[in-house]
Amino acid sequence: MLLISCPNCGPRDETEFHYGGQAHVAYPENPNELNDTEWSRYLFYRENPKGTFAERWVHSTGCRQWFNMLRDTVSYDIQAIYPMGTPRPDRAAPRTAESGTASTAADSTTTGTAAPDISGTSTTPASTTAPEGATK
Amino acid sequence: MAETAASPTSAKNLADKNLAVRVSPAKQLQDAFAAGSLAGTVELSELPFLTMVGLRAGAGTETAQRLASVTGGLPARSGDVAGNGDTSVLWLGPGEFLVVAPTEAHESLGGDLIRALQDALGDGEGQVVDLSANRTTFELTGPQGRAVLEKGCSLDLHPREFKAGTAVSTEIANIPAILWKTGEESFRIFPRASFAEFLGRWLLDAMREYASPEVP
Repeated sequence: MLLISCPNCGPRDETEFHYGGQAHVAYPENPNELNDTEWSRYLFYRENPKGTFAERWVHSTGCRQWFNMLRDTVSYDIQAIYPMGTPRPDRAAPRTAESGTASTAADSTTTGTAAPDISGTSTTPASTTAPEGATK
Repeated sequence: MAETAASPTSAKNLADKNLAVRVSPAKQLQDAFAAGSLAGTVELSELPFLTMVGLRAGAGTETAQRLASVTGGLPARSGDVAGNGDTSVLWLGPGEFLVVAPTEAHESLGGDLIRALQDALGDGEGQVVDLSANRTTFELTGPQGRAVLEKGCSLDLHPREFKAGTAVSTEIANIPAILWKTGEESFRIFPRASFAEFLGRWLLDAMREYASPEVP
């Protein structure tokens, strides 16, 4: 059982939470212009990394608030918990795990805006927060 | 309702009549609670029909301040309980609270708490919702109360962590419930009405071992 530190309520059992899938999947800016392939990629294709994964959780029997979590899918180590709408904290070193090349291409809708800025230790620019906010 | 009554006595009669026809969610367990309680060890009872009101108002807004002036304050963070006198406000989430007041505060019995809260809300952004029928209240008291709860609640209930006057929304016996420590040896548990029978029987089962002499 995971012990998850809710940002509002403190550490609670995993059973009090519900999982919300991959985080930072931005809603397409112009959904009408997508063809069926692109739309299905947005709807159904998700990363499945071996290693650090950014995902959404909701504290459903507590404060009922959503938050993001960085979790290692191998060791279940919770590396970070951060609010909805904020950029992924470890973006300075993106995709260090051995994730396949196919999955990075599928994620192009999400990481497209963040792609130009992968240099140095700076986190993602403020421009990425806008589409993330739109997903809510 | 009170102001439409012809005289105070008829309003009182109406209130008594209202109360007499109600059936609380754990009414059928009343005798079992009495039989399963052990005076001086652990006792369980239902406090039926407490008035409960759901409040929503963003922290620090004018609406929240107006609501706080009626309830006697709003709690600021998880675990906090605010309020004055017999009206308490439990923290449920950011900007979400549960007011717990005595049965008589409900407007069907002549009370004016909900009306006052609605007036305080006005057309501000937020909610005042009568949730009195949503949950029932169990009272678990006695020195073994904590031991009973620890069989089904994974929170740290030791007094150094979980102090009197703390209320949290959590899981007890795998069902969602609000747990409020009202005194050093007394807890109030708020399960939803449909879980009342399950949780009542679960607590009775958890209490049963204390009826026997302790095995050395």
